[in-house]
Amino acid sequence: MQKNEVKKSNENILMRMVRHQMFIPLLALGLLAVFNLIADPGFFKISLGENSAGNPVLSGYLITILDSGSELAILAIGMTLVTAASGGQDISVGAAVAIAGSVLLRILCGGNSRPEELAAPIIVAFLASCVVAMLFGAFNGVLVAYFKIQPMIATLILYTAGRSIAAWINNNELPVITDPALSYFGGFIPGVPIPTPFFIAVICVVIIFLVLKFTNLGLYTQAVGINESSSKLNGLNPQLIKIISFVVLGLCVAVVGLIKVGRISTINYSVIAKDIEMDAILAVALGGNALSGGKFNMAASVFGAYVIQFLTTTLYKFKVSADALPAYKAVVVIVLVVISAPTVKEWFGNMTKKLKVKEVA
Amino acid sequence: MKDNIVLQMKNIHKSFPGVRALQGVDFTLRKGEVHALMGENGAGKSTLIKVLTGVYSKDEGDILLDGHQGPVAIHSPQDAQKVGISTVYQEITLCPNLSVAENMFIGRTSGMGQNWKKVNADTDKILRSLDIPATATQQLETCSLAVQQMIAIARAVDMDCKVLILDEPTSSLDEQEVEKLFKLMRDLRSRGVGIVFVTHFLDQVYEICDRITVMRDGQLVGEFEIKDLPRVKLVSKMLGKELDDMSDIKGEQKSYERKAGAVPVLEAQGRVSDAGIKPFDFHIDKGEVNGFTGLLGSGRSECVRAIFGADRVTGGTIKMNGKPVKINKALDAMKNGIAYLPEDRKGDGIVGDLSVRENIILAQQVLRGFFKPFSKAKQYEIADEYIKLLSIKTASADTPIKSLSGGNQQKVILARWLFTHPEYLILDEPTRGIDVGTKVDIQKLVLKLASEGMSVTFISSELDEMLRTCSRLVVMRDRKVVGELSGEDLNQSKVMSTIAGGDK
Repeated sequence: MQKNEVKKSNENILMRMVRHQMFIPLLALGLLAVFNLIADPGFFKISLGENSAGNPVLSGYLITILDSGSELAILAIGMTLVTAASGGQDISVGAAVAIAGSVLLRILCGGNSRPEELAAPIIVAFLASCVVAMLFGAFNGVLVAYFKIQPMIATLILYTAGRSIAAWINNNELPVITDPALSYFGGFIPGVPIPTPFFIAVICVVIIFLVLKFTNLGLYTQAVGINESSSKLNGLNPQLIKIISFVVLGLCVAVVGLIKVGRISTINYSVIAKDIEMDAILAVALGGNALSGGKFNMAASVFGAYVIQFLTTTLYKFKVSADALPAYKAVVVIVLVVISAPTVKEWFGNMTKKLKVKEVA
Repeated sequence: MKDNIVLQMKNIHKSFPGVRALQGVDFTLRKGEVHALMGENGAGKSTLIKVLTGVYSKDEGDILLDGHQGPVAIHSPQDAQKVGISTVYQEITLCPNLSVAENMFIGRTSGMGQNWKKVNADTDKILRSLDIPATATQQLETCSLAVQQMIAIARAVDMDCKVLILDEPTSSLDEQEVEKLFKLMRDLRSRGVGIVFVTHFLDQVYEICDRITVMRDGQLVGEFEIKDLPRVKLVSKMLGKELDDMSDIKGEQKSYERKAGAVPVLEAQGRVSDAGIKPFDFHIDKGEVNGFTGLLGSGRSECVRAIFGADRVTGGTIKMNGKPVKINKALDAMKNGIAYLPEDRKGDGIVGDLSVRENIILAQQVLRGFFKPFSKAKQYEIADEYIKLLSIKTASADTPIKSLSGGNQQKVILARWLFTHPEYLILDEPTRGIDVGTKVDIQKLVLKLASEGMSVTFISSELDEMLRTCSRLVVMRDRKVVGELSGEDLNQSKVMSTIAGGDK
């Protein structure tokens, strides 16, 4: 009798774990970690060295994940809100990063493509790029909210045009900044061995959690995403909330633009943040958030971003070429989409029921 | 089968899980008649039509057609079309960006080749013969709604239909357009087509129909010649109240008397929205319970939605306690102390995936503003308070509302609006589809709130319920306010005769 109860509670814990939203990203992370551990434990090695500027820096695959995953994590914040409110995804993120980065450089250079010194403080240039990226976000948002265009179709416009606009902002030139201050944002601050993007991501995550705690952003975006007509009758303005979600994503884009430009102190319009939108969307999905909108879990999305980067880095480590990467990721997408499909969920539900019946018998 | 009978449905049964939608319904359609199919919500009209057109398969019963030996089997809309049964729905199901001729012939061609010249010529001939003001090459969306409706009918007729089903074809048409449509229907009738006409407009039934079949709760009430069934009898058959035993149950509500010089809590003048109602006047006093009554589709919900600003308001003024206020959207109304529990609980009420707690605080939270969220602790406190107050049955305050039963979902929405402490509460069908116990709870609550000084407008399809709770009824017919009853006049026979439009 007592044994039975213990068994039951154990089962419950197991079931609750499986049902928890963090389960899938944790499972994915676990599988990847075990795979690496078996294939080559060297994957987990972190060493302290010096970079070209003579600063102490940590290096290793895990640091790469922390570094590159941070960009993804920042974008996942905005993408989560857009997904929740609009039930769709923004695919123009990469192109928008190019625009934000280009604006940043343009203001730093002041028209001169090889400036001796910065034409404006970095903070001013960054704020300007924020405004521009948020305006482009608002543009996407208006298309989605007022013109009721499918988010993917609406953002296809900027996806197509964005990189050209970015090139046009700098007259097709590739400005190079020599001031090391800019490189701090994409690399290391002297004396700190941990990559700066990670700190930036931490700041962004802290901010969004404070915003979610001290405002109704979470409640409103979820309500609008779940039932627009009901939200409207409760006094919300669904259009405005959708636009806000796109504007917040714009802000995230500007932050990533700063990191991306900071990494190389210049820009390559056709390559910068290429295909990053797909990884950001994947992060949201891996976090167990429905891509059809509604309820979301921000922590799961952010965590999902790092897991995606873990996967990417693992693939790189095993010499999968950059061209072949998407094919591997596609496998992950297929698995995710299939697992979260209603028919499969139903099937799983029936299976567990049957198992229980058998146990009782 | 007799000569003039074109369609006979015999003893049709159809069940869905938990519902017996059709229980032994008979229906007979004769050549060259317009036959109205009437019934309130859930009567089984649309189920019957869907069985006839092959959308649903019937559990039992036979369908006999003129010219066919024995019962016919209809398993799909294509089958129905083949045996000459065509349907035109309320929403036009043609392609607006194709030409009239293309729409007429779409899906009916054989092979790849198409002689468009001939198609256009044929179409023009049909349009002329039916006197439809359109040309074959015109793009469909450039025609008015009525003409599009007529083209849909022409298409059906041209496909050699013997039975034409019109499912609420007039609900989006204006009066002149309806007139045109009726002319076409009369024309078809004279050609021997049997027409089944589903509508909520009583006037239209009496204008064009020859016979009426009334259904209620999945059962056949009866088939009547139009001249044998005056309006008030039709209404009583639809609502299931016999005229004779109108025992005139007087409600427990205190009869409400207006104090001289009292300023109404809310007063609307010439209020009108884009939802197709005629402008109406309305007022409610402090502590009063009144209601809008009328048949389904008469515009009762549209009226309260216009007051709350749920639809796009196109005219009229509103005064709250004598002061003019502007109410164009829900938030305006909420700020003025108005709360609205919508008719469509699932579509307009609940936010399905959110918890009971979040659903309860939602409206008041929106009123408080974006930067002032209730703390988690406060949210639980509020949720627990209302869960107890309204005895909402839920596993916890964190349970998603969609997993609650209908009645409990409704209580949560009610809690949401009570928590905004409204001065004026609008309840649109709060008791639809919920269990009897909860119904009584809600009625009692309404009376209690009113006794505490809240003004309540209550809408229900069940007349009994309205008579029990309301002290004044605004009666609607065909999207117009046609009368107001209170005091002595608040009884079933009076309400029904007002709904029916006098003792015609």
